[in-house]
Amino acid sequence: MTDFFNDKGTAQRIVRKIRDISGSEKIRIMHVCGTHEQTITKNGLRSLLPENIEVIPGPGCPVCITPATEINKAIYLSRNGSIIATYGDMLKVPGSTSSLAEEIAKGADIRVVYSPIEGVDIAKRNPEKNVVFLGIGFETTAPMTGQVVAGLPPENFSVLCSHRLVPPAIDFLLKGGYDIDGFIDPGHVSIIIGISPYLDMCQKYHVPQVISGFEPLDILMSIFMILRQIKNNTAAVENEYTRAVKPAGNAIARKLMNEVFEPCSKEWRGLGVIPDASLKIRSEYAQYDAEKRFNIEMLESDVCDADCPLCASILKGLSNPVDCELFAKVCNPGNPVGACMVSSEGTCNIAYRYGTILF
Amino acid sequence: MCLAVPARITKIDGEEAILDYGGVIRKANISMLSDVKIGDYVLVHAGYAISKLEEKEALETLKLWDEMLLAVE
Ligand code: SF4
Repeated sequence: MTDFFNDKGTAQRIVRKIRDISGSEKIRIMHVCGTHEQTITKNGLRSLLPENIEVIPGPGCPVCITPATEINKAIYLSRNGSIIATYGDMLKVPGSTSSLAEEIAKGADIRVVYSPIEGVDIAKRNPEKNVVFLGIGFETTAPMTGQVVAGLPPENFSVLCSHRLVPPAIDFLLKGGYDIDGFIDPGHVSIIIGISPYLDMCQKYHVPQVISGFEPLDILMSIFMILRQIKNNTAAVENEYTRAVKPAGNAIARKLMNEVFEPCSKEWRGLGVIPDASLKIRSEYAQYDAEKRFNIEMLESDVCDADCPLCASILKGLSNPVDCELFAKVCNPGNPVGACMVSSEGTCNIAYRYGTILF
Repeated sequence: MCLAVPARITKIDGEEAILDYGGVIRKANISMLSDVKIGDYVLVHAGYAISKLEEKEALETLKLWDEMLLAVE
């Protein structure tokens, strides 16, 4: 089915139309999804756009925005005898003084899983140990963590909850005066939440938003749709990715998420505390909340992301990786100094691998 | 991290399904979708199918694009 969305002729046609309606004033379009950044960079889409159109990566990689505090907590639990289960991308994320990868090298029992279900399996196989699942990710991933917790897993299983929510972060960026003229909304997050969470802010800030898929043509078409709205001076939420995103989202997934979690205000790496843009486990499920169970709610980081000089402004779309004096010299995917270099969806990591300047 | 991968359902056993990712076979949980059957294409994320891909919608999308692009001609 994806073949339909890879046609060169259609791409050229969309690019021509983009040129026709783009005008000459500078237009800044932000996306908040590492997978969108991959598609854009890998296919050189920026080079196809007129010069006045900038496409800026925002804080769209859940790995990059996980603050040191939460890594520190996982390391603390691991050093105190728990097995930590988490997604592979998390291993190299810098905590204040160490990372999960460094802890593994020192002998810690930290296991890479592909799904929280595997975390539960590890707990079943190791009844004498505490198994803590470090749950990170946006609305695309939180329902899965919700599903295993709602399924009442074994007593020795718990979750260190680092899930984050996208719409409050978009609101925060639009409010923050970062000069954003249009938003490409994340397709996979929208599969879960649908269209309605974006509507209010679209009106409030009068900024067009288009939910986009992940093929090069999806991104080009979404840019075209945003430009068309700008030209017509409208601001609506449009859905370009109708083949996967239903207007109402995935109700079953949302119900699981709401049953187990509630919004709270926690730090995003590089951005500080964003109101109501994080999730915590509801008190009904407190027994599965690792922070409560092991009494580490107050464990804070002493150093906050001090090693990476530019992460904050990279995550806000204000700097280019090449502006960072450590980029590609000291900081690279084998030795990430800042979180943006860690995951394959991090802005610095993508820029390193594909060697492109963003804007 | 947020990558969701399309796959075809080849077998269903309660909440679990066997999926074919263009030759690679893996299990996934389908409890977050209410109406899937063998042969459907779904997007899978972190071990769970989260959305059914509609071929009809895909074709409609292309038609809609055509109209949108023509409208600015
Ligand atoms: S290159 Fe490394 S140190 Fe520099 S901003 Fe990117 S992640 Fe941070």
